[in-house]
Amino acid sequence: MTAATEPATTSPIPPAPTAPAPALAPALAIVGITRRFHVGKRHVVALDGVSATTTPGLVTGLIGPDGAGKTTLMRLIAGLLRADSGSISVFGIDVHTDLLSVQGMISYMPQRFGLYDDLTVAENLELYADLQGVVPTARAARYAELMQMTGLASFTTRLAGKLSGGMKQKLGLACTLIRPPRLLLLDEPTVGVDPVSRRELWSIVDHLVRSANMTVLLSTAYLDEAERCDDVLLLHEGNLIGAGRPGDFTRAMTGRSFHVRSPHLPKRRLQATLAALPNVTDAVIEGETVRLVMDAGKTPDFSGQPTLEDVTLTSVLPRFEDRFIDLLRSRAGGAPPRRSAEATPATPTAASKTAPVIEVDHLVKRFGPFRAVDDISFAVQRGEIFGLLGANGAGKSTTFRMLCGLLPASAGRLQVDGFDLRTAAPTARGRLGYMAQKFSLYGDLSVMQNLDFFSAAYGLRGARRRARTSWALDEFELRPLRDATSRDLPLGFKQRMALACALMHEPDILFLDEPTSGVDPLARREFWQRINLLADAGVTVLVTTHFMDEAEYCDRLVIMAQGKILAQGTSEQLKQSCRDSAHPDPTMEDAFIALIQADQTKSHAEAQAV
Amino acid sequence: MSGSLMRLRGLIRKETLQILRDPSSIAIAFVLPAVLLLLFGYGVSLDARHVAFGIVVDQPSAAAASLTAQFQQSPYFAPRDFSSAAAAQAALANESIDGYMWLRSNFARQLDAGREPTIGVFVDGINANNARIIENYVQQSWSVWIAAQAIPGTAATPIAMQPRIWFNPAVSSRDYLVPGLIAVIMTLTGALLTALVIAREWERGTMEALMVTRVSMNEILISKVVPYFILGMGGMVVAVLIAVFLFDVPLHGSILVLTLAAALFMLASLGMGLLISTVAKSQFVAGQIAIITTFLPAFILSGFIFDIASMPVAIQWVTHIVAARYFVSILQTLFLAGTVWSVLVPNLFALLMMAVVFLGAARLAARKRLD
Repeated sequence: MTAATEPATTSPIPPAPTAPAPALAPALAIVGITRRFHVGKRHVVALDGVSATTTPGLVTGLIGPDGAGKTTLMRLIAGLLRADSGSISVFGIDVHTDLLSVQGMISYMPQRFGLYDDLTVAENLELYADLQGVVPTARAARYAELMQMTGLASFTTRLAGKLSGGMKQKLGLACTLIRPPRLLLLDEPTVGVDPVSRRELWSIVDHLVRSANMTVLLSTAYLDEAERCDDVLLLHEGNLIGAGRPGDFTRAMTGRSFHVRSPHLPKRRLQATLAALPNVTDAVIEGETVRLVMDAGKTPDFSGQPTLEDVTLTSVLPRFEDRFIDLLRSRAGGAPPRRSAEATPATPTAASKTAPVIEVDHLVKRFGPFRAVDDISFAVQRGEIFGLLGANGAGKSTTFRMLCGLLPASAGRLQVDGFDLRTAAPTARGRLGYMAQKFSLYGDLSVMQNLDFFSAAYGLRGARRRARTSWALDEFELRPLRDATSRDLPLGFKQRMALACALMHEPDILFLDEPTSGVDPLARREFWQRINLLADAGVTVLVTTHFMDEAEYCDRLVIMAQGKILAQGTSEQLKQSCRDSAHPDPTMEDAFIALIQADQTKSHAEAQAV
Repeated sequence: MSGSLMRLRGLIRKETLQILRDPSSIAIAFVLPAVLLLLFGYGVSLDARHVAFGIVVDQPSAAAASLTAQFQQSPYFAPRDFSSAAAAQAALANESIDGYMWLRSNFARQLDAGREPTIGVFVDGINANNARIIENYVQQSWSVWIAAQAIPGTAATPIAMQPRIWFNPAVSSRDYLVPGLIAVIMTLTGALLTALVIAREWERGTMEALMVTRVSMNEILISKVVPYFILGMGGMVVAVLIAVFLFDVPLHGSILVLTLAAALFMLASLGMGLLISTVAKSQFVAGQIAIITTFLPAFILSGFIFDIASMPVAIQWVTHIVAARYFVSILQTLFLAGTVWSVLVPNLFALLMMAVVFLGAARLAARKRLD
């Protein structure tokens, strides 16, 4: 700490930072940054010669899946890590040589918001005001402004640990803004919070940039957020694979995106057929249609495809995700994996199509006075993909644990294949495959050893075990990796392996808890392709997710918030329910927000009536 | 107010609020020490008192009654009468008594004949330490009694040994255990608690957020040292009060020197805690390292329970890097002997060195970075 740098910290709430003196100087200049990590014997290149610049006064999105290097880059900019080579400067000041000056200009919100759970909202603000050197006389006005902006004004005496995810996120943001920085770094601020909070965060960010001329760098794994940024940097496996305005990315795809509708093919079958065609970049289910993205310069050609003769083809506007998939495909070497639609990995037991496989009736789970699951009912038919959609803390995982028999229900009835797994014989559990959040594999074991272990745990032996292990290695393309240590596999492969382990005993019912969290969009597509095939073969699939767009893969779904089911139906029904003049073509997120707002209005009205 | 002072004030206030609100801090700082003090003050004792001791008298006589009374009056024995040696042997075997004395039928006859009578004494040797103490007590009780009998020819033993025990005249293990315990208690707050709370900041990601502000590493370290220093000294005061007023342990030396020594020891402990937290970024690892490198040595290698002089030479060398060793020595001196400068000065100097080395090492190891 030198005296020379002191005065800057005690300025009152500084006026909006003055425009950077050199007119065209970038807010952030990243030059050839490489950073490696050693984890045990492992050698990971988190960032591989990344160069980029960002423009002052704009919101730049750092976009990429987990493991792309987003957090490493954020930490390098904030001076928390040192680069192996390359340099970073913030408004012309080198991070390595003058860290304190840089830290005087930036604010950084780490992934878990950097809040002290055992301090109140006001005490957290006070702490960061002290740390950022906000003079006491300027504080009251600043607190009031931030609390009003974040809607936390009536919660100032509440402990931060007792706030909801969305409120923590906003408090975290308020703490980083206590003294408006010139550069604001937000590391995955929207991960896992509900869509309403996400929207509110974005409106705060938009407001800041306009009114305070702040530069923002925001990392996210949600591709739909890219379109809200002024500029984006696309990171993938430590490489910068694209940079520019999101509109330019999207425009490059003009004429390549279509909606395909078939009068007789089910949407999953249609999607699988289209994805297997040559020259197709991407095919994903979107409502009742399939979104088709063609390779550059190619037009859809369905000749020689008898099942596709009567489809209707509509040209649609491209979106950001189309371009991202295009970029990933060209890096991966073109052709997406072609998967035959006939493969049937599991044989369903003969049963009536009508009887529900999973039945949940007025289910309640209380933890003390807190109702984690609050009177929910739904039924899932055989061969259905059924989704539980909601933010972190909505009660999805608790419902799952009760269905698997890991938690007793406080009230209500539940049955899986005719059994309550809490009391049923262990054989009943043998009908069930379960893939837990974070892919619970044994990291120290090899791929082969994990498969062996799980097949033994499911009671497979002899010829059957050999046959299933061999099936898993081929079906999931794990044979080349059979001796690799699981811990060292990329996330997409871990996910594949976790699914293989859950399928070793050919279950009739598959439970997937947040199966695609953090994996890249290509791995996600591949994963859903497999799940679709399983469902076609008669396996019943129950899946939780907080990705709104994944709801499209479900036949039916429920939307959960605060332990309650707000609505259930097909994704199309849910979206149509909120169609109005403001949202002529509503997304799942629009539907979710409309439902939450309607629920809040209702409970507010009830509170008034009492 | 300068920026640095403002940041420091904010951090210290935050730390204080966290201590006040966190049940685990309160538990480690106050509940655990109280349990340890009560356990050592009341439960664990290295003295033998109220030893369950059997007495077998084959043929009652005045002499036998007088010897039995001698044992009954002793605070060290809780005698029980047995009808036969076999019954006493059985009680010894099932551990309901720790030993017994057998006065055979010829006991009174031998005494009347003017000879020193022979008696049988049997002690359970499973706990060798206890057995030796009991043996000693029986021997002493016997000598006192036989001298009182004034048997001609045996009465005037030419040299009578008269032991005199200094510094701990009551020979009460509590009087030296309780002061030593203060060192253990302060290690808990200084090293274990400090290492845990910093590891918790790493785990919850708050350290990351702190480090990106203009805060300096010095400010972060000072903000951790100050509140826990006060907490540790508070714990010391409580422990001394309990020792003196609840357990009647005498405090012969200077309270000022005691405070100085405690402050130096606290700084050395905090230095260890901070040093551990630069290596251990999870509470589990921090707890393990702190227990193995500070808490257990304070217990075993400090001379608190086991005498350092009777350890193997190699182990004796190891004890020199255990800060608690110097503090225990100071505590026992101040409580039991008084302000003996020749003992205190070298130990105080050693504590000062350790405080400087550990705090210095912690400062050097602390980086305002994650790697």
